[in-house]
Amino acid sequence: MMSAVLQYIAFLVILVVLAVPLGKYSADVMDGNRVFLSPILSPVEKLIYKLTGVRKDEEMTWKTYLICVLYFFFIGMAFLFVFQMLQDKLPFNPQNIDPMSWHLSFNTAASFATNTNWQAYSGEGQLSYFSQFMGLTTQNFVSAATGIAVLYALVRAFVRVKKTTIGNFWVDMTRATLYILLPLSIIVTIVLFSQGVVQNFAPGQTAHLVEPVAADSEGNWIEGAKIDLNTHTVTVHGKKVDDAAIITDQFVPMGPGASQIAIKQLGTNGGGFMGVNSAHPLEDPNVLTNLIECIALLLIPAALCFSFGLSIKNKKQGKAIFAAMFIMLVVFLGIIAYNEQAATPQLAHDNAVNIAMTDDQAGGNMEGKEARFGIAQSATWAAFTTAASNGSVNSMHDSYTPLGGLVTMLQMQLGEVIFGGVGCGLYGMLGFALLTVFIAGLMVGRTPEFLCKKIEPYEMKWAVLVCLATPIGILVASGIAAVWPDVAQSLNNAGAHGFSEMLYAYSSAGGNNGSAFAGFNANTPFLNVSIGLTMIFVRLLPIIGILAIAGSMVQKKKIAVTAGTLSTTNSMFVFLLIFVVLLVGALNFFPALSLGPIAEYFSMIM
Amino acid sequence: MRNFKTALLSVIVFTVFCGFIYTAVMTGIAQAVAPKAANGSLIEVNGVNYGSELLGQPFTSEKHMWGRAVNIDVKSYKDSNGNQLAYGGPTNKTPASVEYNKIIGERIEKIRKANPERGNEPIPVDLVTASGSGLDPDISLAAARYQVPRLARENNMSEKAVSAIIDACTSPKVLGFFGEATVNVLKVNLMLDGVLH
Repeated sequence: MMSAVLQYIAFLVILVVLAVPLGKYSADVMDGNRVFLSPILSPVEKLIYKLTGVRKDEEMTWKTYLICVLYFFFIGMAFLFVFQMLQDKLPFNPQNIDPMSWHLSFNTAASFATNTNWQAYSGEGQLSYFSQFMGLTTQNFVSAATGIAVLYALVRAFVRVKKTTIGNFWVDMTRATLYILLPLSIIVTIVLFSQGVVQNFAPGQTAHLVEPVAADSEGNWIEGAKIDLNTHTVTVHGKKVDDAAIITDQFVPMGPGASQIAIKQLGTNGGGFMGVNSAHPLEDPNVLTNLIECIALLLIPAALCFSFGLSIKNKKQGKAIFAAMFIMLVVFLGIIAYNEQAATPQLAHDNAVNIAMTDDQAGGNMEGKEARFGIAQSATWAAFTTAASNGSVNSMHDSYTPLGGLVTMLQMQLGEVIFGGVGCGLYGMLGFALLTVFIAGLMVGRTPEFLCKKIEPYEMKWAVLVCLATPIGILVASGIAAVWPDVAQSLNNAGAHGFSEMLYAYSSAGGNNGSAFAGFNANTPFLNVSIGLTMIFVRLLPIIGILAIAGSMVQKKKIAVTAGTLSTTNSMFVFLLIFVVLLVGALNFFPALSLGPIAEYFSMIM
Repeated sequence: MRNFKTALLSVIVFTVFCGFIYTAVMTGIAQAVAPKAANGSLIEVNGVNYGSELLGQPFTSEKHMWGRAVNIDVKSYKDSNGNQLAYGGPTNKTPASVEYNKIIGERIEKIRKANPERGNEPIPVDLVTASGSGLDPDISLAAARYQVPRLARENNMSEKAVSAIIDACTSPKVLGFFGEATVNVLKVNLMLDGVLH
């Protein structure tokens, strides 16, 4: 018991200890200051500006900034789409993998350009190395950098007084990639490949199975078969199986994994190199890699809270936002951990199965979890990955207990603002902060203001849209899918859990998360297109809203702090902010959650 | 229009920097400093590739230690000669359904039949559950110890000798609390078979 609690505490403490200095460093980078890596990276930065024709000191209005984001988004997506469609004709395809279908390619391109990394495909089987590292890895970097850029456009709007411009998108995006994401990725990559994560360009290998297995004529595994290699016969319960194939070798996937896995964790992307993501032993082989990957997935979003405080010259504000996020994270982590450790009566099977936590075993609900991670390392990852809009997994959320699974879903439905994606989680939370000061202002009858700038109807309209983008995306799309004829065939489990699988899919898309109740077969034309469009909608609408707010805020004057000003840095504000986030989420999603995980919970205990 | 051109050039430049150069340099360093780890940690004895020590294999023979509940995929991958290859995947089953309760019942029955020495002792949970990857190379120490009497009987070894093999293949918790104590099933079985020593 103690050792499990210590593990949870270790994760949280390490996260905060690393986030504070990274926050300071990132603030310097985004404010355009020199940092300790400048001597090495500054020449590269200048080279990139030269190659792309960027004028470093050119300032942009919010509309120009937005147009640049959109051009960059759609062109990046188009490149990825084309790579995947032509992967059989491009190099680095030693497994001779076929091109993707148009709808799967659209879905995947939308998924990685929006920083979602929803995967309707399996990496080792359906993507060439070229598509993986030229396409996905690139988008992993730049989609995360875009999030940081948009965040800093908003930061400048609060800092600047009576101006019209909010920075230069190309400079912001380049500096975020070069100074923040790239150095961290290099460190993580080196740790990963030294511990057994694959990093090569070799084709997949085959290895000798100690015990051969048999498959029937349709290619399905025959359970309980007796195999005689000398006479080449397969028998089941004494009966010979005709046309059975004996399989003597195993597939061992290869490829440039570590470098892609590093950035998919750091950039809150989450798209696994392998189909089962970091549950795969070649993607996350031991507790050291798991610690690094798990911390990496929440590190930058947590650090940016402190960067925000430093850049707006109000450290307390950064800490207040961090506190609101951290409190929610700890509570949700606690609920997941408790439920997974308690497991289910169906698994305990009247005490025939030992689900107790001892020194020799993790116990708990181990279905879909790896022995090396047990409950603590799996539950922590599940809480972190759905809090951050990362979406990578090291255990299968589909096999979580009803309430453990509910929390992972709820964290996404809250709009991915409990740290959330790199940059986008924080600007989403700032949308909620505007909503909070507005509601609080109405209650006390004062004009709402945030960081000494007046909040007026124009900003409020956009803030509401930013906050409601996720609920609208999830509820509309999953509502349509629920009545669409063939969707039921994609479900892997029956009853309420089947509904949960579909709701999870759209929650994941609508929160730009990317994790899945992976039994759900999402690779159909309808699901690929509808999930793809949902991801684009919930990515772009908040970006447009935040930049519009920035464009308006930057023109305002600062008003003096008086005794009547509502403090946005005290514990009262932290409480109100949490309250508003939960209220919006609960009101929107309670009915849908009742039909899925809550219904399943009650049928489980009956 | 200038911004469109910059966007297009940026996509190309970042594809080269973050896609190609970053990946190529990282691969070069990996192959130079950690070739075994970066190439799948394969176990080769006398020219035979016995698999990756990081990837689980299905074991159902009573002579061998069993790993996590088997969920093999024999459909997705083929070698260059068109022969089917074994791989793994998660079951993605909810652990809260009547159907799941039935599956667990079947797994319990099979394990009890193979381990009569254990009678009605509760079975360590990771033996009756499938892993997240379907390729889990490990089981808990409790699950490994549960199988000692059977392995000793089937391999004509003393329980002490089997336990010594298990100890040799065990990774303890880091600093005594972080992670789980696990046993590498493939290594145990290669040692039981006399392939590894």
